[in-house]
Amino acid sequence: MLFQAILFYLFSAVLIGAALGVVFSRNPVHAVMFLVLTFFQSAMLWLLAEAEFLAIVLVLVYVGAVMVLFLFVVMMLDINVESIQRGLTRYAPLAIGVALIMAIELVQLIWMRSQADAMATAFAPYPEGYSNTKALGSVLYTEHVYAFEIAAVILLLAIVAAITLTMRKRPGLKAQNISAQVAVRAKDRIRVVKMDAEKKQ
Amino acid sequence: MIGLQHYLTLSAMLFVLSIAGIVINRRNLILLLMCIELMLLAVNFNFIAFSRHLGDDTGQVFVFFILTVAAAEAAIGLAILVVLFRNRRSINVQELNTMKG
Repeated sequence: MLFQAILFYLFSAVLIGAALGVVFSRNPVHAVMFLVLTFFQSAMLWLLAEAEFLAIVLVLVYVGAVMVLFLFVVMMLDINVESIQRGLTRYAPLAIGVALIMAIELVQLIWMRSQADAMATAFAPYPEGYSNTKALGSVLYTEHVYAFEIAAVILLLAIVAAITLTMRKRPGLKAQNISAQVAVRAKDRIRVVKMDAEKKQ
Repeated sequence: MIGLQHYLTLSAMLFVLSIAGIVINRRNLILLLMCIELMLLAVNFNFIAFSRHLGDDTGQVFVFFILTVAAAEAAIGLAILVVLFRNRRSINVQELNTMKG
């Protein structure tokens, strides 16, 4: 139990440090790398809370796909870092003030009932042989099957929207016109000429 | 002992940090998107903590759907960003004032 607590505080410290890195780093590429670290630490914390399936999904889907997409876009765009830095310090005191007030209020509210309530106790461990993936799947495909299908449609929508948004016709591009190729007839291309046979000179 | 409140505190800190990030980095659209991803992560932390505390798997199903929608949102957001950069050569939020809103 003590070892788990040590791990929790270690992972949380790295998580908060990486989140600070995302917010305060000047270079967008560094920010994306910090975000990858943040997601990975979150996955570790979810593993610690015995939510194994979601932890693995977070690493595979978020670190593996979404963050790579972010990195790809950040590296593809030619962002002028200098122009972005100018506004950094002007709003920093206001932002930090607001964030501190909110953090203090939230933490106070969360810890207010800690003595009276049983909220501070550790999570009840799952019984032996419990499979988080199996439990989630048995709920997901029965009770929430409509939501599951809507989620699939949303993903399809995202694919279609992203492709239609970024597709463009460039002028002067040498591309095949497939329908014209298919529609071509022999008489358009070949002309049969009737002529007498050539005589040997 | 690590319980619900520890996870809630961590998620509150993450959420507040991402709000500060949105205000601080409000010129760079791509950093704004990243801060929104951080915010969604904080929300997911809350869902998982309460799901474990109450012993109900529905919270984890919610996290599953939030991850799906967040992935779709990131893909469409980045596509809009790419189109925007192609047209304006900039992703500075302050220069996106064509509609005078």
